[in-house]
Amino acid sequence: MSLARKGRLITLIGLGLLAAVYVRALAFTPVERVQGPAQKIYYLHVPAAIWAEMAMFLVGLAGIFYLFLKDARLDRFAEASAEAGTVFAAIVLTTGPIWGKPIWGTWWTWDARLTSTLFLFFLYIGYLLLRGAIADAAQRARYAAVLGICGMCLVPFIHLSVYLFRTLHPQPIILKPGPPSLPGSMLATWLFSLGVFTLLYVGFVTQRYALALLRQAPRGDHA
Amino acid sequence: MGDWLSQAWTVARKDLLLEFRTRTAIVSALVFTALVLTVFNFGRDPTAVPTIDLAPTILWVTFTFAAMLAMNRAFQLELENDALEGLLASPLSRTSLYWGKLLANLVFVAVVEVVGLPLFVLFFDVPVAPVLGPLIAVIALATVGFVAVGTLFSALVIRTRFAELLLVVLLLPFLLPPLIGAVQVTARLLGGRPLSESAGWLRLLAAYDIAFVTLATLLFPFTVEE
Amino acid sequence: MLSAEALRHAFAGGRGEGGSGGRVVALDDVTFTLDAGQTLAVFGPNGAGKTTLLKVLAGLIRPDAGRATVAGGRGAIGWIGHQSHLYGHLTVRENLLFWAALYRVPAATRARRADAVMRRLGIAEHAERAVCALSRGLAQRAAIARALIHEPRVLLLDEPFTGLDLAAAAGFRTLLAQLRGAGRVVVLATHNVDEGVELATDVAFQRRGRFVHFAPRGGRGPAQIADEYRRALGAGGG
Repeated sequence: MSLARKGRLITLIGLGLLAAVYVRALAFTPVERVQGPAQKIYYLHVPAAIWAEMAMFLVGLAGIFYLFLKDARLDRFAEASAEAGTVFAAIVLTTGPIWGKPIWGTWWTWDARLTSTLFLFFLYIGYLLLRGAIADAAQRARYAAVLGICGMCLVPFIHLSVYLFRTLHPQPIILKPGPPSLPGSMLATWLFSLGVFTLLYVGFVTQRYALALLRQAPRGDHA
Repeated sequence: MGDWLSQAWTVARKDLLLEFRTRTAIVSALVFTALVLTVFNFGRDPTAVPTIDLAPTILWVTFTFAAMLAMNRAFQLELENDALEGLLASPLSRTSLYWGKLLANLVFVAVVEVVGLPLFVLFFDVPVAPVLGPLIAVIALATVGFVAVGTLFSALVIRTRFAELLLVVLLLPFLLPPLIGAVQVTARLLGGRPLSESAGWLRLLAAYDIAFVTLATLLFPFTVEE
Repeated sequence: MLSAEALRHAFAGGRGEGGSGGRVVALDDVTFTLDAGQTLAVFGPNGAGKTTLLKVLAGLIRPDAGRATVAGGRGAIGWIGHQSHLYGHLTVRENLLFWAALYRVPAATRARRADAVMRRLGIAEHAERAVCALSRGLAQRAAIARALIHEPRVLLLDEPFTGLDLAAAAGFRTLLAQLRGAGRVVVLATHNVDEGVELATDVAFQRRGRFVHFAPRGGRGPAQIADEYRRALGAGGG
């Protein structure tokens, strides 16, 4: 099976399982006491945020390896990972407000996760714009690698700034702390969702990578 | 080795000499600074929000935008007559080239800040005198961070179509941590709080500087090799 | 003093003549050695890879394969590329002093060397003028001065006659003849056979990255070489 077909298959399975996550979250997981049904977006929101960030680390990592090995496959992977990361970041930035409105009455709140993801989103946009602005393939790969590495190193600082900001400016109570303290079935749903998003990441990246290969194959590289 | 430093300084001196000759960028940056500070002053309602709350943000937004005007020209001026190729063919090390550009940019931004700060104090009537020392230190700390990244990125965008715009877009997420830190510390200083309260932010700024100056130095050669 | 070993380099498509599968071959197994006193003239059509060859020798491009070595490294090379590499808003003297500093000419001798090279190229009276205010011919001479100020032992010249009028070209040829002595190595690339032939001790024809001819000039005159060049490149190329 070609790479593109594999990618599509994985993505479809992932989407199917995502629907299953939803069903499980809505029907089979207890409603959270304080935040009500709206809290269920959490199962979608947090894994997406985790992968939005993981994708950036992988972009940076691919960049480091590219600068040493100069292998175009690494660059293609970085591009695919960046686009996948952008999608996940967008998911976080849309589900966040959808969740926030019923809970806090406002569409946007500067909570840690949303803010970090917003910065991450800007990073991705910049990365993709830079890629789009350079015609020469080798130069594009090199420059994207440089930017990707810087982006990867920025992520800890984003977290640090947001953390410092929040500890000094207490926000309304956010999500309960992460997975470990969730009761049994909620934790299971959450882990299931994380697995699904991992699958989706792999599916997206595989498809996008295959697309990049296709674009190059017939008559040599072009912008 | 002192050699790379002296070579870096040779490049920086040439940049500053060129800038002094043409003066376009520095004048634009200074005019921009004065303009923005003036507009902010007229744009606010003094009864609604106390100046002191907004002042740090206004100061830093002004500084960063003026800095971006500066950083754009750093490598642009090497495109004329393809001087960049001449530089790369010479024994100048890539690292010295980066540091030369960084130094020139820092001087440029420092000039803007030296003019901007008094204007700021004047327009916004903020009590800067008791905290001048720490304030200058914070300004320096934050400036080094984003100028280091900006200098690297300006090399990435030189031959692209909308170079100035792309530089701003690329730089934006990298500006946020030092900017937030700088605004927070400035606000605290102007609010009369002791510097020790801002220890966390100061550590952030210092860590950012060390991390990104190192990273930019290491990555720069990849932006000019062919 | 200068050597190239099995140089290979290719670019992703779109430039110059086509290669295979969209990659343009700029250097194809180029190997040669030059000693002090030799002047190599490389003739070839546009896109043949002459500029790439010079850039690899100058250390501007790292070749995909093979190695180029120049005794003394970058500091011993005088590079004349397609552009002048001068800063328009600085004066000729300021430019020269800057480049001299980069090429590690000792501070004490910089000014003297700058004056000497300006005199040699006949631009001494324009020393304090901004480069952007110079005429094309004067700017060209200033560019040559830039390449010579550190008294390089190797000269790499990429189409140096471009834009020079007849008088200036003749002047440059005389200068090159002078420089050739004193044990320098010169590599000169041009697409015009007439331009560099008399200066050369060795001649090469480059086509699609490959040296299709490389030999001492011997007694061959311009007409003969032009003829051989046409024949070497005639079939399918040029």
